[in-house]
Amino acid sequence: MDKLSEMNREVCTAMNFRNLSYMIKQGFVSMWKNRMMSFASVGSVTAALLILGVILLLILNINNIATVTQNQFDEVVVYLEEDVDQSDTERIGDAINEFDGILSVIYQSKEQALEIMKQNLGENGYLLEGLEEENPLPNSYVIQLKDLKYADDVVMRLEGLTGVEDIRYLKDVLDQLMTIANTVRLGGFIIIGFLILISIFIISNTIKLTVAARKREINIMKYVGATNGFIRGPFVVEGMLLGLIGAVISIAVVYFGYKYLFTVLNEELYVLFTVYLVPYYKIFQDITIIFVSIGVGIGVIGSVLSIRKFLKV
Amino acid sequence: MIEFVNVTKVYDNEVRALSNINISIDKGEFVFLVGPSGAGKSTLIKLLLKETEPSAGRLFFNNKDITKVRNRGVPTIRRKIGMVFQDFRLLPKKTVYENVAFAMRIIGAPNKEIRRQVPIILSMVGLSKKANSYPNQLSGGEQQRVSIARALVNNPSLIIADEPTGNLDPDTAWEIMKLLKEINNRGTTILMATHASEIVNSMKRRVIAVKNGQVIRDEQRGVYGDEF
Ligand SMILES: Nc1ncnc2c1ncn2[C@@H]1O[C@H](COP(=O)(O)OP(=O)(O)OP(=O)(O)O)[C@@H](O)[C@H]1O
Ligand SMILES: [Mg+2]
Repeated sequence: MDKLSEMNREVCTAMNFRNLSYMIKQGFVSMWKNRMMSFASVGSVTAALLILGVILLLILNINNIATVTQNQFDEVVVYLEEDVDQSDTERIGDAINEFDGILSVIYQSKEQALEIMKQNLGENGYLLEGLEEENPLPNSYVIQLKDLKYADDVVMRLEGLTGVEDIRYLKDVLDQLMTIANTVRLGGFIIIGFLILISIFIISNTIKLTVAARKREINIMKYVGATNGFIRGPFVVEGMLLGLIGAVISIAVVYFGYKYLFTVLNEELYVLFTVYLVPYYKIFQDITIIFVSIGVGIGVIGSVLSIRKFLKV
Repeated sequence: MIEFVNVTKVYDNEVRALSNINISIDKGEFVFLVGPSGAGKSTLIKLLLKETEPSAGRLFFNNKDITKVRNRGVPTIRRKIGMVFQDFRLLPKKTVYENVAFAMRIIGAPNKEIRRQVPIILSMVGLSKKANSYPNQLSGGEQQRVSIARALVNNPSLIIADEPTGNLDPDTAWEIMKLLKEINNRGTTILMATHASEIVNSMKRRVIAVKNGQVIRDEQRGVYGDEF
């Protein structure tokens, strides 16, 4: 008798492999039997992951914009009013030089500004041709700060100068971006947490149907000495399949949706905008890993919860 | 092989199902467990199967203290015990053969071993011809034979039967008893809870009588008695 149980232990590993393919087949069979509930399960996982996808893309892009514009944060640009004359312009420049924390102040005429913009556009520079006559760009001072910490102070004092039309100050933008990013992240994670809980609940109820249909079998298995892991196996596989299908659908939607958006923006807006966007081909791997682990995780937790009650024999 | 030492079981609802039970059963014995309804017979069996924990006392099985065994240890114990129930507990959508093979499959026995062992056990209980029938095509006695075959197929050292003849007419009940006697003659210990006084009286085996959660009588070649 003991020889038999020893032998059983040895063959357990060999069994597992065949069991797995059997369990996956069973998983599909019971998914089909409860197809309405399975549909709801996959739907809820997909919904949670899609919203996660949108939030991830927003955060990724905001971070990307922050990185791309990083070296411009210690720069403050002062646009001068149209009617400021030569001597006033020089007076403003001198005044700025007196401020604390200034590394350099460089005057940029409207002609220079147009030239720089043309260069930035590269081969699309022809777009700006003809603008020389009626140059819409203002004259400006480009101020380099010694350190970002002087920025608020300098900007405050610049606002006190006459003849200043506008101040472009990227730390402002950065702060705003970060505020937006934090809000998106916080709000997003609350919504996602909530959706994940709902998905777990729906999946566990779906699998409960299968479990209930096999109550008798589980009871007998317990008395004959099947381990809890063995009994859980097929149900966990069913939960994993539901989660996995949801993950695959949402990966496809997020990836192709973003690819489409990226391409359209690229074509419509040329390079002006898309340097700030994370390229779609860079997100595929991360999205896949995140979505599959969350989808499968939801499935496993949902199924383990659904069968807990029936294992107490 | 089985030893209850000062075992007490109080359920969560404060029902005192067993008080201070001391029982010792040797390998190869055939033991009847008798007593009125609610005496604590099934509770005693549940303790052995680790379905429920004793409130006090110690429990030994095969010379091992199983009082504290939990989780992963439980299947190991159950694989050495074959369980037979009053209501048979067969799977209606599986054939006789598959019902018996099922018990081997779920403990991971290889197919070759299953194909060898199941027919041997089926012929032992006299059901070789019914291997491909479904439970609803069988009589009560035949269904109970299938459940005995399932209990036997993994070569347990102990068979526990909780009122195995409770759903059967007297003649069929006797057939089942003959089968259990035969299994016992091959060396398997048998513990059987029952209300069937005639069977107990004519088998002349050890009888443990419980009442109100206490052992009131424990005799070799005992009788059902009239205390209850
Ligand atoms: N899970 C439980 N929770 C609470 N009380 C229980 C539980 N199981 C049994 N009892 C109580 O414990 C006592 C003993 O029950 P048990 O099932 O052991 O009796 P029994 O001797 O098997 O009776 P019967 O001959 O009717 O099967 C009864 O009073 C019963 O109500
Ligand atoms: Mg009982």
